[in-house]
Amino acid sequence: MTRPRHVLPGFKLSLGFTITYLSLIVLFPLSMLVWKATSGGWEHMLDTLTQARVVSSLKLSFGTAFAAALVNSVFGLVTAWALERYSFPGRRLLDAMVDLPFALPTAVAGIALVTLYAPNGWIGSWLAQHDIKAAYAPLGITIALTFVGFPFVVRTLQPVIADLSMDVEEAAACLGANRWQTLTRVVFPALLPSTLAGMTLAFGRAVGEYGSVVFISGNLPFKTEIAPLLITMRLEEYDYSGAATIGVVMLAASFTILLLSNLLAQWSRNRTGR
Amino acid sequence: MAAIIISDPTRTTRPRKATAESLWSRWLIISIAVGFMGLMFVLPLVIIFQEAFRKGWEGFVQAFDDRATTHAIWLTLKVAAITVPLNTLFGLAAAWCISRFQFRGRRFLSSLIELPLWVSPVIAGMVYVLLFGAQGLFGPALKEHGIKIIFALPGIVLSTIFVTFTFVARVLAPQMEAQGQAEEEAAMTLGANGWQMFWRVTLPKIKWGLLYGIILCNARSMGEFGAVSVVSGHIRNKTNTVPLHIEVLYNEYQFVPAFAVASVLALLALVTLILKTLTTTQRGAA
Repeated sequence: MTRPRHVLPGFKLSLGFTITYLSLIVLFPLSMLVWKATSGGWEHMLDTLTQARVVSSLKLSFGTAFAAALVNSVFGLVTAWALERYSFPGRRLLDAMVDLPFALPTAVAGIALVTLYAPNGWIGSWLAQHDIKAAYAPLGITIALTFVGFPFVVRTLQPVIADLSMDVEEAAACLGANRWQTLTRVVFPALLPSTLAGMTLAFGRAVGEYGSVVFISGNLPFKTEIAPLLITMRLEEYDYSGAATIGVVMLAASFTILLLSNLLAQWSRNRTGR
Repeated sequence: MAAIIISDPTRTTRPRKATAESLWSRWLIISIAVGFMGLMFVLPLVIIFQEAFRKGWEGFVQAFDDRATTHAIWLTLKVAAITVPLNTLFGLAAAWCISRFQFRGRRFLSSLIELPLWVSPVIAGMVYVLLFGAQGLFGPALKEHGIKIIFALPGIVLSTIFVTFTFVARVLAPQMEAQGQAEEEAAMTLGANGWQMFWRVTLPKIKWGLLYGIILCNARSMGEFGAVSVVSGHIRNKTNTVPLHIEVLYNEYQFVPAFAVASVLALLALVTLILKTLTTTQRGAA
C-alpha cells in the first residue's frame, strides 16, 4: 500500500466536488459570456462599446459607484472607529445594523429608497425645497449604491482597528504629539490600506448593482440608465452579443476588483505587521 | 458602565487621556456614525412598515389574499429549498479542501470561489440565458426535447445558486483554518473513519459558522432580484418570485400590497441580522 499523501481524508472527494460544481455553475457559464461577446469579432465589440448609449451607461455606473465608494470610505471609517473604540448605548445594535444591506433584498431597499427620496417623500420633499433632485437623477443612484456598499468598508476596517497596537499611539503621545497629530500621522496611515480595500469592495459591489437602483434611477437612456439595466434591455431585444459585450466589460471590472482587493489586503498585513 | 466612561473619562482607572479623543470629539464621531446609519438604514426600514400599514392592519392582511402573491411566496420558498442545501454541501466541500490541505492553486481556487460575489447579478442571470435561452448554445436541443430552463424554475434556481454560491464557503474556510485540525487528526489516529470524524468532530466545531453561512445564503436566495429578473420572464402565477412580484405590484401603483409583501422580506432580513448576531456571539464563545 502506498503511503497516503495527507493525514486527513476526503481531499480528492472535496476537491473534485468543489471544482466540478465551480466549473458547472460559474466558470463554464462565464466563459460562455466571453465567447458570445467575442464571437462577432473585435470590430463588432468595439462598435458596441463606442455606442453613445453604452458609453454613457458605463460612465454613469462607474462614476456613481466611485462616488458612493468615496462617501462610504469616509462614513465607514468614522463608523468603524466609533464601533471599535467607544462604548455607548446602542453600540451593539448599531453594529448589527451594519449588515442590513447584506440581508435586505435589493428590490425592497429600492422601493423604500425611492419612496423616501421621491419629490413627495420624507427626504425628497425637503431636498426639493432646496432645488436638489435626488430620485430619478444620478444623486439617487449614488444614494442607493452607498446603501449597498457601506458594510464592506466597515467590516474590512473593524478587525484592523481592533488589532491596532496601542503602543504606537502611546509612544506618539509620550513624544509630545497631541491626539489629532497621533490620529493623522500614526493611526490613519496604518488604516489607509484597509480603507482602500474596503472602498474597492464597496465599489465592486456597487458597480454591478441592479435591484436597489432601478427603482430610484428613473432609467432614462443617456441620463440615468445604468449598465446592468442596459444589459437587460439588450437581452430583451435578443441582442445577445451586445448584452454579452457590455457584460464582459463589467466582468473585467470584477476581476480587477478581486485582484486589487487581494493586493490591498496584502499591503495592509505588511503595514500593520499581522 | 459604558455611559460612565463617556460622561466622565477622567474617572477611569487607566490614564486614558493620551490615547483617547476628547469628550466632544467622541460625541461628534458617535453622532456622525449614528446619524449616517439612521438616515441610510433605519429610515428605509421605517418607511417600509409605514407604507405597509398605511391602510391599517386590514389593508396589510388583504395584500396576502391574492393568488399571485401566495404563488410568489411558494415559488420563493421552493427556490430557497433547492438552492440552500446545494450551496451548503458545496460550501462544506470547498472549505474542507481549502482549509485542510496544501495544494498547488489553493489560493487561486479560493479567489475563484469569491468571484460570484463580485459579478453583477444581471450577468449571473445572463450567462444562463446565453446557455439555455431560445437562441442560446443549448437552446435548440432543449426545445427539441421540450425542456424549459429559461423562463422556468430551473433557470431561476441556477441563477440563484450562482449569486449565493460563495456565502457558506466564505464563512467556513477562514473559521476552519483558524480552528486548526488537531482534533480531526486525533480522531483519525484513534481509529475513526472519515464520516465519523466529520459528524462527531468537525461538524460540532463548525456548527455556528455553518449556521451563519446558511442564514446568509438563505436571505440572499429569497431576496435575489437582478439575476432572477433576467431569467424568469415575469410570468405571473408562474415564474414571479417574491421580489419580482414586489416590482410588479409597485409598477402597478399598488403601493400598500407592494410594501406589505416587502415588509415580510424586511422582517426576514431583521431576523437574519438577529440570528447573525447570536451565532457570532456563539462563535466567539466557542
